[in-house]
Amino acid sequence: MTRLILYRLGYGVLTLFVVSLVVFGATQALPSDPAQAILGREAADPARLEALRQQLNLDQPLALQYWNWLAGAVVLDFGTSLAGGMPVAELLGPRIQASLTLMLITAVIAAPIAMAIGAFAALRRDRRFDHTSSMVTLVLAAVPEFAVGIVLILLLATGALQVLPAVYAGSSEDVLSSPDQLVLPVLTLAIAVSPPIIRMMRASMIEVLESEYVQQARLKGLPERTVIWRHAAPNAIGPVAQVIALQLGWLAGGVVAIEFLFNFPGIGKTLMEAIEARNLPVIQAVTLLIAVVYVVVNLLADIVGLAANPKVRVSSR
Amino acid sequence: MSGNPQQEAALALGVQGLTVIGRPSDVEIISDITLTVRRGEICGLVGESGSGKTTLGLSLLAHCKRGTEVTRGAVEVAGTALTGLSEAEVRRLRGRAVAYIPQSPASALNPALRLRTQLAEALHSWNEEEQGTRADRVREVLREVALPDDDAFLARYPHQLSGGQQQRVAIAMAFIDRPDVIVMDEPTTGLDVTTQAHVLETIRSMTRQHGTAGVYISHDMAVVADLADEIAVMYRGEVVERGRAAEVLADPEHDYTRRLLRAVPLLKTSGHAEPEEDGGEPLLKISGLQAGYGSTTVLRGIDVEVRRGECVALLGESGSGKTTLSRSVAGLHTQFSGGLLLDGEQLAASSYRRTAEQRRRVQYIFQNPYEALNPRKRVRDLVLAPYTHLMGKPKDPDAVVHEALERAALPASYAARFPEQLSGGERQRVGIARAIATGPDLLICDEITSALDVSVQAEIVKLLRALQDDGMALLFVTHNIALVSNIAQKVAVLNKGEIVEYGPVGEVMSAPGHDYTRALIADTPDFELSFGESPMHRGAQAPEKAAGQ
Repeated sequence: MTRLILYRLGYGVLTLFVVSLVVFGATQALPSDPAQAILGREAADPARLEALRQQLNLDQPLALQYWNWLAGAVVLDFGTSLAGGMPVAELLGPRIQASLTLMLITAVIAAPIAMAIGAFAALRRDRRFDHTSSMVTLVLAAVPEFAVGIVLILLLATGALQVLPAVYAGSSEDVLSSPDQLVLPVLTLAIAVSPPIIRMMRASMIEVLESEYVQQARLKGLPERTVIWRHAAPNAIGPVAQVIALQLGWLAGGVVAIEFLFNFPGIGKTLMEAIEARNLPVIQAVTLLIAVVYVVVNLLADIVGLAANPKVRVSSR
Repeated sequence: MSGNPQQEAALALGVQGLTVIGRPSDVEIISDITLTVRRGEICGLVGESGSGKTTLGLSLLAHCKRGTEVTRGAVEVAGTALTGLSEAEVRRLRGRAVAYIPQSPASALNPALRLRTQLAEALHSWNEEEQGTRADRVREVLREVALPDDDAFLARYPHQLSGGQQQRVAIAMAFIDRPDVIVMDEPTTGLDVTTQAHVLETIRSMTRQHGTAGVYISHDMAVVADLADEIAVMYRGEVVERGRAAEVLADPEHDYTRRLLRAVPLLKTSGHAEPEEDGGEPLLKISGLQAGYGSTTVLRGIDVEVRRGECVALLGESGSGKTTLSRSVAGLHTQFSGGLLLDGEQLAASSYRRTAEQRRRVQYIFQNPYEALNPRKRVRDLVLAPYTHLMGKPKDPDAVVHEALERAALPASYAARFPEQLSGGERQRVGIARAIATGPDLLICDEITSALDVSVQAEIVKLLRALQDDGMALLFVTHNIALVSNIAQKVAVLNKGEIVEYGPVGEVMSAPGHDYTRALIADTPDFELSFGESPMHRGAQAPEKAAGQ
């Protein structure tokens, strides 16, 4: 199995390399000149513009620029922010932490609950709980996440029940200090990622419950609890792990809209601000980060999927 | 075959008027079944697929598949009535009073759990103080079924065992709590004869030794005749005949029982009549053929000849390379070297490089008729597809389809049907019709009856023999030695990629020259019809009734 994991890891690194090319290429293609953006009206002076371009290494050939950027990125040096002159890594540090906290809380809450709902729906197949959950998940999956967020704000913050703050107020340093401010963003994200997990878990569990080994476990006279937890569940989560990974990977990009909606000081909001300001180093760093999260989460899912399959686990040395 | 019936022996299993219906259609799946089995005896429950055998078997454990329901009748196991018990009470009885051996252990053993876990958990009502530790019992039962009992073996997962070992684990799992009754649902289907013989021997000794009553479900009369003390024949959800095994076999009362008995191929015959040696070039000549996958060689030095109107059987167990050989001849497997001559002309390895005429002359019939037919196409299009591809659009397509269906003994009206509207036997006939539509000279039959019931197999064999009489040459691939005598003139016995014996069927079967062939013959249940000749035996006068089937 170690060999398989190393193999996947290699693929992950390759993916990131390709992503870095795309990110760099795309930001270069943006229809504006960073030097011009920084100088604003002063850009009218060609000498100053040229000096700044040299300072930013914008006059170097593209390949060299890319190489320098990549070499820096590997050691987490993404250059300096064009707005404020702070090193990008320093600027992003606390924001990354804030966003990761948000994502982690969402994942820890949403994944188990979604799997439990899916499994329960499978056990109650064709009964009322199953029909209800299947309809609700379908509706929720069809609604965009920011719409869900707006509805939640209307319901719980500004409308009927004014129990939670509508937007986040505070810095990115200590997001955990006021947990009530996290409830709405986490809830919105959880609702956004759950439907596919619920549906996949239901389908996978139904397949396993119909299998001969589950029938055999029942015919052995095992209590239903043992049948479900020991015989059915471990075989059902393999395919679900892949879906969870896809969803959590989506979360890395999905936070952008949600952070913006709730004014949450994470990488999503930073990215929006950076795009507006044509702040290239920040845009590059954040997009690359989102890709890293995506690759890492999928790698973890592969490992979980492999570990859940004894054929793979045992056959490898 | 069986010991003296213990007249005084207590009844271990009693079934009274049991009826199971399907929901929501309310159709009776089994109706009014009455059955008894004594301790230490085995009752063979015989019938074709769809006769309700498995439904009955599962209801003996008070288990109903989704959408089925017991409406009438009673099941009594070791003095306890199963019907009307609560979930929890039924659970306590399962494993201890009545246990189940599934048809395919590969799918009935949990792939994610070690053998130790799966065996030990079956001892859910085990009393450690009185009966010794569970761990000891697990090892003991493994020794009883002749499997290793060391820690390394117990730590294995099911996929690390061979098919025979998996089935013996399933048997151990059923016997571990010393049940009074054991229900076996075709436990040897999918095993080759050598393994089947071992498994049957294990079942026999386990039931005798522990006084367990067995219910053995099967579609194969030959296996049941060998094993059972009593036989119950099921047909369309009812038990149509029941009695001591010797009596049922010697003097079957019901027509359907007679049909099942006649369907069993005879192991030893004088062989199929030999076609005259025409002295000319054989139709197919394989010489020094060697084939493999990557760097692994699976076939070495294969020499086989097939003449017109002749059937050559390729006999071998799983992994012997027989399918690789037939796929090489068909041009589906390209990694081979050596002579492959059709009418003296060397065939290219890949079917893509053969001429349309060469491809037309060699046709292939696949093992599993449930997978070999495109479910979205009608029979008419399935039969026409190779014809149009190899010989162009026919002037009268309907005539081509009708002729092919007729030769495959199917009514012309089937042309409009989809595969899902056909039974397994009918599907295989469509497979045959598709292969013969182009008028080939050589038919390659790859285990074409192994997915079918014995009774259906007999009809397919009859059909193939008729084709052969019309001058068709057959390369008949099989693992079933009993079939060989009934269809082939020559047999090539394949073992581990080499032909260990090759010659006329009559000689090979009566005086096998190789140890491997002798072992194969010894392991096959030998079934002698005591009430009349089998129509599968060429030259025998087939009774009119059988001919009409």
